[in-house]
Amino acid sequence: MSGENSAGDERHPLFMPLVLLGGFVFGVGLAVSRMARPEVVLDFLQFDDFGLLFVMGGAALVAGPVFHLSTRSGKRAPLTDRAYELRRKTLDSNVMIGGVVFGVGWGISGICPGAAYASVGIGNWPILAGIAGMFVGAYAQGVARDVLSG
Amino acid sequence: MPLDFATLFPNGVDHYLLGGILIGLATALIYRGTGIAAGASTFLESTLSYVSDRPRFQQFRFVQSRDWRLVFTVGIVLGGFAYTALSADPWFVTDVSPTRLFVGGVLVGVGTRVGKGCTSGHGICGVGSLADASFVNVATFVLVAAGTAQLLFAMGVRP
Repeated sequence: MSGENSAGDERHPLFMPLVLLGGFVFGVGLAVSRMARPEVVLDFLQFDDFGLLFVMGGAALVAGPVFHLSTRSGKRAPLTDRAYELRRKTLDSNVMIGGVVFGVGWGISGICPGAAYASVGIGNWPILAGIAGMFVGAYAQGVARDVLSG
Repeated sequence: MPLDFATLFPNGVDHYLLGGILIGLATALIYRGTGIAAGASTFLESTLSYVSDRPRFQQFRFVQSRDWRLVFTVGIVLGGFAYTALSADPWFVTDVSPTRLFVGGVLVGVGTRVGKGCTSGHGICGVGSLADASFVNVATFVLVAAGTAQLLFAMGVRP
């Protein structure tokens, strides 16, 4: 699909290596923090251990300034020539409905997508049932949206 | 129950903070190089575009990003693998039942897609961007998840 690059999305030879490196460090972070273990997430949700606040908070506090400084720099990303933009989705009822559904699922299983991928890496093979469920859910949501929108 | 440090953080905070900083650095690295605020959950739809002809999954934004999202996910798996192989932390297999993982996974899959993001997309990139939608989404899912987990626990579901 590399022939379908849109304007402003030309890929540099280092694009994929950087994405792989970023994913790798992301996975190390999820393993180090033990957020890749469902039990740790469930302990947080049961208010037995609030340490997970430092994972999400720490990550946002590190990434946030880089997002803002990059956006204000007026430069474009070196590997894609994309303009830096903040990640700001429209706040609508779907954001809350999705949050509720996601929350019930997170509370039942203790897993979210990124942590589930890292969980495979730390040897947690039963997580494959959870990842299979995520694909089923994403597929069902896509089909439902097609049907509902006619 | 006294709200002292040892009660709130019985396992300390060092590994949590270190892990969070690494996740933030990884997100910042990809963003700085590519301008992409990488979330983990769009991988689900973009990967479905390999196997489903539905227009929903064949949207340009999924087809165009599916290769790097797969590479990103492989990187996450490899990162977890390498850390566990090289560190003192043991290999880990959860005691949470496959049924809980699957049912929860289905709802996570639906919820991230309806809600436009997940723990990384909203929780890190969106909150880092000071986006109101992301603060609302994260507050919603944390509160609902805490209620759900505590309800299951009260109903005797172990683990």
